Amino acid sequence: MIVLDSIVKYFHRGSVNEVFALNNLSLTIGEGEFVSVIGSNGAGKSTLLNCIAGGFFPDSGTVSINGLDVTRWPEYKRAGLIARVFQDPLLGTCPSATIEQNMALAIRRGRRRGLAPGVRHADRERFRRELAQLGLGLEDRLLDKVGLLSGGQRQALTMLMATMVRPEVLLLDEHIAALDPKTAGQILLLTRDIVAGQRLTTLMITHNMKHAIAFGDRLIMLHQGRIIFDVAGDDKKNLTVADLLARFYQTQGEELALDSLLLG
Amino acid sequence: MTFYAALGAIEQGCVYGIMVIGVYLTFRILDFPDLTVDGSLPLGAAISAVAITHGINPFLSLFLALAGGFLAGMATAVLNTKFKILHLLASILTMIALYSINIRIMAGPNVALLGSATVFDAVTAFGVQAHFAGLIIFGSFAVLVVALVVWFLGTEIGQAILATGDNPQMITSQGVNTHTIIILGVGISNALVALSGALVAQNQGAADVGMGIGTIVAGLASVIIGETVFGARTIARAFIAALLGSIVYRLAIALALGLEIGGFKFNPSDLNLITAVLVVIALITPNLKRRLIER
Repeated sequence: MIVLDSIVKYFHRGSVNEVFALNNLSLTIGEGEFVSVIGSNGAGKSTLLNCIAGGFFPDSGTVSINGLDVTRWPEYKRAGLIARVFQDPLLGTCPSATIEQNMALAIRRGRRRGLAPGVRHADRERFRRELAQLGLGLEDRLLDKVGLLSGGQRQALTMLMATMVRPEVLLLDEHIAALDPKTAGQILLLTRDIVAGQRLTTLMITHNMKHAIAFGDRLIMLHQGRIIFDVAGDDKKNLTVADLLARFYQTQGEELALDSLLLG
Repeated sequence: MTFYAALGAIEQGCVYGIMVIGVYLTFRILDFPDLTVDGSLPLGAAISAVAITHGINPFLSLFLALAGGFLAGMATAVLNTKFKILHLLASILTMIALYSINIRIMAGPNVALLGSATVFDAVTAFGVQAHFAGLIIFGSFAVLVVALVVWFLGTEIGQAILATGDNPQMITSQGVNTHTIIILGVGISNALVALSGALVAQNQGAADVGMGIGTIVAGLASVIIGETVFGARTIARAFIAALLGSIVYRLAIALALGLEIGGFKFNPSDLNLITAVLVVIALITPNLKRRLIER
């Protein structure tokens, strides 16, 4: 369960580049809820995820996860609760480490690291088993460097690494946007299976309105750092892309005409 | 080049090889170009020499040198991580400060160790000749250091160090405080450099505040030569290559200094020029090779 209470965040405050990124934003996400997040460029979607992950501290407001006030926790400390998959497939893995070394780093997410061997023999069986579920043949390539993999393979591996230790919160920041349509579809299905299988509390940013409607139990739309639309349950199931676009115009008027082109 | 000159070069290659391992750790593994080494090498020498003249066991003095070097590296890394000073500048600041600190430690610009006990006594006691004693001690230390560093980088913490240099965002989201890791890594690197300085001082019979000048250049030259000649495909191979690179570098220097063409001879003061040329050759060789193959 995530509770954001009256979050305010400016970037470059007081300079000509000042950006009012999050405008008194409050949001409560229940345990096991899968929320898709949409909005135009600069609406504050990534800022919202980054705020939960601890990439920055808000100017005011509080962030709590499972009842813990984590507002002042640095990013590395929150990692015990949160797993992330980024838009850039290169960000989630270490290119010069092998697949097994990357997975070994991930199974110790948020735990103390000592002088025990980084990759333990007993872990390899588990890595193989988990990789086999991806159906990409990576289970036979434990000793290959991750830098040799394609973007899609790396993103699938990142997805797996994020959830090998069950996170309290899973943050997906446009994690399929940089992939070709076929691979993107596969990763999206993988995401759905993992999230449903582990009943993970999940936020997924997407630019694709069809995906936003088809995936998740709840949909929120951001604009100028605020939530302008929040729908769940049957209301969400019956949504269409046209409804969403209409919603855009209705709330924000004609200034968004250009965005519909971007988002359609 | 005479047999003794070659032997001496290999010996120097081994002892400075320990410094090169330290430089490899920051420069390549952590992606943290660190000039602290120009100050931490004489720091190790100063600590060890002063400790020995105060009657401390020469082996124990090496541990003091390690600790001193670690603190020097920590200072640079804290300036960089906690106070956001550019790594190069942070390391220059520590290096400059160490110049004064080293003179304070030695209560002067140098300390002589003539007649004092050194780690070489442990070997010469068995009747081994002095020039072999250096090779045996330096060779064993260098091999031990490479083995320890390679083992350490395979541990959970070591893997976090590798990941910090490779992808800081990734390892942060795996719950690792990259600041702590950088402080630890730069500390270990400078501890090794100080150890190298301590051994050099015990071998030369003196510590001198000026002995660190050009350490980083020699370190980088050795790293680059090692990578070019021996490759760096795995961590173990990369560190062995760095050590061998150091030996090749010292041999090349000895060869150049011994060179006589007609009436022309290199002076020891030409060393910096020779080093620069060696590094340039090592840097452009892979490029040239590729171009020649393409043709």
